[in-house]
Amino acid sequence: MADLAAAAAVLHLDRVALSLGGHPVLREVSLDLHAGEFVGLIGANGAGKTTLLRLILGLLRPDSGAVQVLGRPVGRGNAAVGYVPQKQQFDPETPLRGRDLVALGIDGQRWGIPWPSRQRRRRVDDALRQVGALEYADAPVGRLSGGEQQRLLIAQALLADPKILLLDEPLSHLDIRSASEVVRLVARIGKARGVAVLLVAHDMNPLLEAMDRVLYLAEGRSAVGTVEEVVRTEVLSQLYGYPVDVLHVRGRILVVGGSEILVGGQPEHEVHAHD
Amino acid sequence: MTELDWLRQYVFTPDMFANDQVTNALLAGAVVSVVCAALGYFVVLRGLSFIGHAVTDIGFTGGAGAALLGLNALWGLATFCVAAALGVGALGDRARERDVATGVILALGLGLGAMFLYINTRYVNTPFTLLFGSIFEVDPDTTRVMVVIGLVCLAVLVVLYRPLLFSSLSPETAQARGVPLQLVSALFLACMAVAVAEAAQVVGVLLSTALLVGPAATAGYLVTRPGPATALAALLGVLETWLGIDLAYVSYYWPPGGKGWPVSFFITALVLVVYLLARLIRPGFRRHLPMSISQLPNPGAMPTPGARASCASPSASAIPAHRQRTAAHLREA
Amino acid sequence: MGNLIQPDMFSQPYMQNALLTGSIAALLAGLVGFFVVLRGVSFAAHALGQIGFAGAAGAVLIGVDPLWGLVAFALTGALGLGVLGVQEHGRDVTTALVLVAALGVGALFLALNTTYATAAFALLFGTIVGVSRDQVWQTAVLAAACVAALTVLYRPLLLATLNAELAAARGVPVRLVSVLFLVVVGVAAAVTIPTVGTLLIFSLMVGPAAAATYLSSRPWRAMGLAIGLALAATWVGLVVAYDTGWPIGFIISTAVTVLYLGARLLGPRTRRRPEIAAVY
Repeated sequence: MADLAAAAAVLHLDRVALSLGGHPVLREVSLDLHAGEFVGLIGANGAGKTTLLRLILGLLRPDSGAVQVLGRPVGRGNAAVGYVPQKQQFDPETPLRGRDLVALGIDGQRWGIPWPSRQRRRRVDDALRQVGALEYADAPVGRLSGGEQQRLLIAQALLADPKILLLDEPLSHLDIRSASEVVRLVARIGKARGVAVLLVAHDMNPLLEAMDRVLYLAEGRSAVGTVEEVVRTEVLSQLYGYPVDVLHVRGRILVVGGSEILVGGQPEHEVHAHD
Repeated sequence: MTELDWLRQYVFTPDMFANDQVTNALLAGAVVSVVCAALGYFVVLRGLSFIGHAVTDIGFTGGAGAALLGLNALWGLATFCVAAALGVGALGDRARERDVATGVILALGLGLGAMFLYINTRYVNTPFTLLFGSIFEVDPDTTRVMVVIGLVCLAVLVVLYRPLLFSSLSPETAQARGVPLQLVSALFLACMAVAVAEAAQVVGVLLSTALLVGPAATAGYLVTRPGPATALAALLGVLETWLGIDLAYVSYYWPPGGKGWPVSFFITALVLVVYLLARLIRPGFRRHLPMSISQLPNPGAMPTPGARASCASPSASAIPAHRQRTAAHLREA
Repeated sequence: MGNLIQPDMFSQPYMQNALLTGSIAALLAGLVGFFVVLRGVSFAAHALGQIGFAGAAGAVLIGVDPLWGLVAFALTGALGLGVLGVQEHGRDVTTALVLVAALGVGALFLALNTTYATAAFALLFGTIVGVSRDQVWQTAVLAAACVAALTVLYRPLLLATLNAELAAARGVPVRLVSVLFLVVVGVAAAVTIPTVGTLLIFSLMVGPAAAATYLSSRPWRAMGLAIGLALAATWVGLVVAYDTGWPIGFIISTAVTVLYLGARLLGPRTRRRPEIAAVY
């Protein structure tokens, strides 16, 4: 039964372990990701989330365990894996339109100059429409807000027609409203196109309404399951190795260890409100 | 003297085209401008202005060394430029640390060059020529070589275009897609070094950066697409170079008289002025995106160390209208 | 050892002057350089050197003491660069173009001046001859002014460098502070140029400070090291230049490169930027 499930999985992580610089970053992480599923990869900064992404992208090799996409071991440049990087800093004067940035998603890795064709333009327009970025596609990228740039990057990743979409902390620099918009957008696209979504975040609250399951990373150890199954005091205390508390505060989930908020901290702009 | 005569003597003399040196200079200048414009787009995009400047300065060492050995300075210059570019590329990615290391090596190279000049007692004019250019003294053979090398550079750039653009804008995604970042970067740096060594023929080692980044940055303020921006940059570069050559030619009659003003002065001054003008009058995009402008970072804010750019994340004090529009857009889709 | 430092070196008035101005320049460059490296504005500092070059060349053209041309242009240049906002990323292009245009202007002044050859070489690569006692005093006064300004600027500058938003929230006029700092850098560059030349500003202003950050992560220690290294390099330069007649810029830049590489390769690898948390 488990084998069948694994066979149907778009992404199959089997007890993946990796140490960097002598420190174990990932200890036996397992996950089966299916088409159309939305899994949040949650953990504090430095918990190994980015490392796990790099493993899936084939940029790192695990010390032990298997990483398979569509039943085959991963390698660099796998078109089935779409990647949306963290927000980038573009100089406001960057001479490049939004649609030029998106167009790179089609074949930006091939040598030479792309031949402009109506088909290319249509594909780019389609991707832009899907993410709701068509109206500002001709603006210089550097002048767009963080949320708008994020949508462009998602469109860029979608153009390669991936089976998996990896999003690396897309919500970190966004305010609550933009963050929920991005989450809803990604969830909708995932369901519509049957794409498996793995979204990395250090705050799971914007994802609560969209996540099917959560992969929670702490101290290299992981727990996979629904939010109700995983985000509990007993489970997380085991992961962290010391007592933590899961608090439900006004509809938000906070994971608190000692006096520190480990996961689910307040969004940026609220912190500065009383300086 | 009629007004036309005055113009003909002090501003533009058509019979300068009869002068072989001048036509050769115009050709060399045009070639250099076009090559620099094409590469300049990426130099500006990747923030390599300083590296470009350092590369020529280090190239100076090669040029001075070659002159000392009695060789053609261009080869020494070009070789050292390429070596410097690749060396700096190998210094790694942490911009600030790399810039400091580059600066120290730059100073070393220039110091060495000074030493070569000091030892070289044969050509008194070599320092000025190497440092500030001598476009009127470029011989036709060298110009032919420059054309060929320039074409090779452009060809390499065409091949590099996509992965270079991709890795300049989204390096992680490009890497994930299999783009060989180091290779692309090294090839580009080598091309840039060659372009800037060529520019050094026209305006000298110290000032070649002007042709490398000036027109490209200017075009970037006016046009937002890579292709048209590069074309505009090439056009601007050629015009600025030709105007500089023209003014240098007629400056023979300007005070103090009997002595021409250096071409490099005119070209660099023109490049800077045009750039500042473009910055001033650049078309705002307010018409299309009224709300995005309100989210632009405060221009007076200083970047925190380590931050790559001044584009800070927007604060969400008020929900801009266009966001609500976008949300509605989504619900319909 | 006796052969290296010729005894009559110190009895020559011009060498005494060169030693004094060189030492003052090294001291100032090391100190200012610490902040230049911290703020990451080494390119702008280099640019200010070239702008000063144009001023010096102009001064020579009209028969005025080059130092005043240096200072005048460096000051104006610092204000201009500050106004244009060159300390923000992406303004590298502006810095580069201003730098290069200044060199072009300097080239023009040199070309118009019939006696440019030796003056040019000295301006670009430094010289130990032709320093008068008056210039020593002028250099000392300028250096003192810079140090005074730095003392006043010290805390707001550090705060603004490490976290601009926090500094602004505390009431620091961030923009003003950065412009003032650039002005200090400009004057320091003007003081340093006669010794080491405009092209080699880096070797006194950036190199020693950068080396110091590899050796110590504590600010005061790093500053002291920067000054010490700069002085060492300058003295070596002066001695060797006196002995051999080689361009002093070459010797200093070589010495600094050796020191920098040594510090980078052999120094403790802990932190590359001084820890300034203690300030606030």
